[in-house]
Amino acid sequence: MRKLFAFLSVFPTLKDLMWEIDWSDIISTVEFNHSGELLATGDKGGRVVIFQQEQENKIQSHSRGEYNVYSTFQSHEPEFDYLKSLEIEEKINKIRWLPQKNAAQFLLSTNDKTIKLWKISERDKRPEGYNLKEEDGRYRDPTTVTTLRVPVFRPMDLMVEASPRRIFANAHTYHINSISINSDYETYLSADDLRINLWHLEITDRSFNIVDIKPANMEELTEVITAAEFHPNSCNTFVYSSSKGTIRLCDMRASALCDRHSKLFEEPEDPSNRSFFSEIISSISDVKFSHSGRYMMTRDYLSVKIWDLNMENRPVETYQVHEYLRSKLCSLYENDCIFDKFECCWNGSDSVVMTGSYNNFFRMFDRNTKRDITLEASRENNKPRTVLKPRKVCASGKRKKDEISVDSLDFNKKILHTAWHPKENIIAVATTNNLYIFQDKVN
Amino acid sequence: MEDKVTSPEKAEEAKLKARYPHLGQKPGGQKYFDSGDYNMAKAKMKNKQLPTAIPDKTEVTGDHIPTPQDLPQQKPSLVASKLAG
Repeated sequence: MRKLFAFLSVFPTLKDLMWEIDWSDIISTVEFNHSGELLATGDKGGRVVIFQQEQENKIQSHSRGEYNVYSTFQSHEPEFDYLKSLEIEEKINKIRWLPQKNAAQFLLSTNDKTIKLWKISERDKRPEGYNLKEEDGRYRDPTTVTTLRVPVFRPMDLMVEASPRRIFANAHTYHINSISINSDYETYLSADDLRINLWHLEITDRSFNIVDIKPANMEELTEVITAAEFHPNSCNTFVYSSSKGTIRLCDMRASALCDRHSKLFEEPEDPSNRSFFSEIISSISDVKFSHSGRYMMTRDYLSVKIWDLNMENRPVETYQVHEYLRSKLCSLYENDCIFDKFECCWNGSDSVVMTGSYNNFFRMFDRNTKRDITLEASRENNKPRTVLKPRKVCASGKRKKDEISVDSLDFNKKILHTAWHPKENIIAVATTNNLYIFQDKVN
Repeated sequence: MEDKVTSPEKAEEAKLKARYPHLGQKPGGQKYFDSGDYNMAKAKMKNKQLPTAIPDKTEVTGDHIPTPQDLPQQKPSLVASKLAG
């Protein structure tokens, strides 16, 4: 079955694109909720925008619900650490949804230092017919009240409200890079460069440190934590990745402080191939468990690797994202692009993985057919249902028609954040400041 | 027999070394004016090599004496995201 992805929508929807990219508009995270009905984005300005999928029109079964803006709020504000004379950015590093328990939706959002639990609730009724208040809120003179009535709830225009329910602060000395909700739905972890903490969603005044890799002497620091995630089913298991390309799996039942890993995943390197860049490009920028919990995927600068949790000594699958960049590492080091942190994601059935690249390209790898595709997120394919044309980068030599040469790639157009709907073939792709939503074309 | 085929990575490394001869070198191999100069150079190198490691600023508090110009403007958070239309 060939998958063809077609354009669905792009945000902002404005046709006039002449504004300059405001620093605060840069999208920093994208995440679907557990049902896929809601899609949240965070930006450098500390704002969260949530999109909601339209309820499917059962008659028109070929058209899946489109996403419209549902709610937007300011999650984090810039702060100043007076002790260190440092600004604390309001940029949202990660958003993670809680599974829905009641009518309201809950998500965790985090910047470098503080995690917040937000409640998003709908209000579509309001009480009317108060005895002591007029409809506009003005108070009535009690002496004018001659009869009593019972206020009733009447329908009103839908209002979506976001309110912060918990603020988890002051637990991280270094910059938070990951948050992950445990499958027990009661606890979650937060990870910074050197430490991982375990929180209870109800308790904000304390958290447990479960990993601490800070050396006694900071001069000996050689490795930092880059990402961490709880196992989707085993509430005692989590993994964390490092800047040296290793992944450690820890079991919280083994000890309170999980400095000693239960498993260490590392691919052996050919020492003769080692270069100045080897360690930098091996740094893992993202780690994600498969929905099944059997596999995990890691993203390093040039590739995506799938690991079987039962095998530590090498990945079971490796996919090259943009191998043609290997001969450009010198300039990519000079312009700092070599330090870009790309994320990766699984589709709902764990059969396809996706990650971003440069020039607003993103890549998908089908694990079963071993086929891969490169697509582009751009406003040129703006008409709804337009099928995306596969792209190809020409590494060297003769460039065929429609191919793009490595030297014409725009390295400022990076797709770092992508997300896949948990159940359907709908994907959200964030360019610098635009959010694209694509869905597969049902033949 | 000399191996003439260099991996692309090694070729890029050679390019980099040609442009920045002192990169990756231990600070002892170079002349410094004083201990302050030495520590600054070491901190700068560490910063580049460990991209996700602690940035200098969390260690070198004394370097960052705030002046009124340095203090961030508290931006009003009333500007809505453009994604929200």
